[in-house]
Amino acid sequence: MGGITEMAIGLGHYLTVGAILFVLGVFGIFLNRKNVIVILMSVELLLLAVNINLVGFSSVLNDLTGQVFAMFILTVAAAEAAIGLAIVVVYFRNRGSIEVEDISTLRG
Amino acid sequence: MNWTLALPELVLAIAGLCLLVAGVVPKRPMHFAITLGALGSFLLAAVLVMGQGEGVTFGGLYVADAFARFAKLLVLAGAGLGLILALDFNEKSGIARFEFPVLLVFATVGMMVMVSANDLMALYVGLELMSLSLYVVAAFDRDNERSSEAGLKYFVLGALASGLLLYGASLVYGFAGTTNFDRIADALSSPAGGSLGLVVGVVFVVAGLAFKVSAVPFHMWTPDVYEGAPTPVTAFFAAAPKVAAIALLTRVLAGPFGDLAAQWQQVILLISALSMILGAFAAIGQSNVKRLMAYSSIANVGYALMGLAVATDAGLRGLLLYMAVYIAMTLGSFSVLVAMRRDGRAVERIDDLAGLGRTDPVMAFWMAVFMFSMAGIPPLAGFFSKLYVFLPAVQAGYWALAVIGVLTSVVGAYYYLRIVKVMYFDAPAGAFDPRPAGLSVVLTVTGLFTMLFILFPAPLIAAAQAAITSILG
Repeated sequence: MGGITEMAIGLGHYLTVGAILFVLGVFGIFLNRKNVIVILMSVELLLLAVNINLVGFSSVLNDLTGQVFAMFILTVAAAEAAIGLAIVVVYFRNRGSIEVEDISTLRG
Repeated sequence: MNWTLALPELVLAIAGLCLLVAGVVPKRPMHFAITLGALGSFLLAAVLVMGQGEGVTFGGLYVADAFARFAKLLVLAGAGLGLILALDFNEKSGIARFEFPVLLVFATVGMMVMVSANDLMALYVGLELMSLSLYVVAAFDRDNERSSEAGLKYFVLGALASGLLLYGASLVYGFAGTTNFDRIADALSSPAGGSLGLVVGVVFVVAGLAFKVSAVPFHMWTPDVYEGAPTPVTAFFAAAPKVAAIALLTRVLAGPFGDLAAQWQQVILLISALSMILGAFAAIGQSNVKRLMAYSSIANVGYALMGLAVATDAGLRGLLLYMAVYIAMTLGSFSVLVAMRRDGRAVERIDDLAGLGRTDPVMAFWMAVFMFSMAGIPPLAGFFSKLYVFLPAVQAGYWALAVIGVLTSVVGAYYYLRIVKVMYFDAPAGAFDPRPAGLSVVLTVTGLFTMLFILFPAPLIAAAQAAITSILG
């Protein structure tokens, strides 16, 4: 039948997107050598990947629990971002830099 | 819905909010009054926990049972003693702000929700309430470069751990079809249960929780955060949150995922063995005593997890007893570290303890008791706590794990006894500033517990047994 076959977007696609975003987030935290703000963004990416998973599952299972869970995660993520930025500001006031490579006073 | 079951958490949360308002409104410094208020609310919560009924409430989100009661009393004791340690230290370090006790109260509420969680959502919310408060507390000495760096590191790695845990939770939800622990257990015990997705989810959840208990290979934040954070904060980190996270790990693995024991046991075995080995060897070269305690706590978590790896009734009972003794030894030795202050400045090198046996014999004596106990010398509590996890391991046939445990204890004895040697046989490095009364109280209470545990072990063992029966039964 022609070039375009009908393809429904199913659970597998959502889980794949979620997994890709999650891995991107983890790599963003570990491979990033520049800036702490990028780490904060990566953390958000992790949480959003989880939300995609939860909402996808919730829709397939026909069960609202997953969406409720996603709302909880969104709320906590906001608090987490606020606290993370506050700590970064405190750190910047002491060091005058938020380069990841400078965060090395403590080691042993 | 029987909301009175959750009375201890509700009362403590409301007390925290009231203390916050009481700290903001008056125009004068309120640090001391708020600290006393926080201690009072811990005490009130402990009384309520003891009178708490049993059952499941809030639509299956929250469970009150003997296990939760045991863990909550430990958490409250750890939090209360930790707060006493901080009182004088904060005043002298110029960080006596009323937010400190308030944050500890909220962290404690989070820990109590964690150990009472009966659903992945309650688990997550409790864990985050604890973690978010602790991130701030780690950076509490905000004009100090090292404290703010400790807060930043703890935040980044803690957030990553939450992400791992949540990803696991989402997979568990997807493959079990529910977030409720009881129904996950039902789904797993059905013939179709135990799919690959579920196993992957459990491994992610275990990884996330292993971060919080600082077990190898998720320990890398521990030494840095312990060294950078103000000493009483380090003491708090080493005590209450560890107990809460270990209790949570136990409840999650032994309860809903009990049927997957064959899978997660291998993971916990590996984590336990690696933690014992790394904790023992990495501590040897340390010259900073807080860093040494960080590695010591990693090793201790390894020993405690041995009880979980064995996963028998006796093993889990040993785990709870281990945590009870651990909390006493840790807070006791940290109260000595908090007292290490010379000419108004906090000092934290092992050499600074030199000659303590002559300059402050009482404190040196208790420190020696804690060090001997951590090394596992017989009449002290630390010996029995190790015995209660090694013995079930041997009985269940985990010889290799028990042998690793014994050998790493011998290595650990080297650095614990080195502290005793420095205190008693090295030339004095000068006396510390006078020790405040609060520290003496913590020192005596935890010291007596460590010394006299041998005389009265029965009530604690019975309580731990009841706790384990309530989650396995």
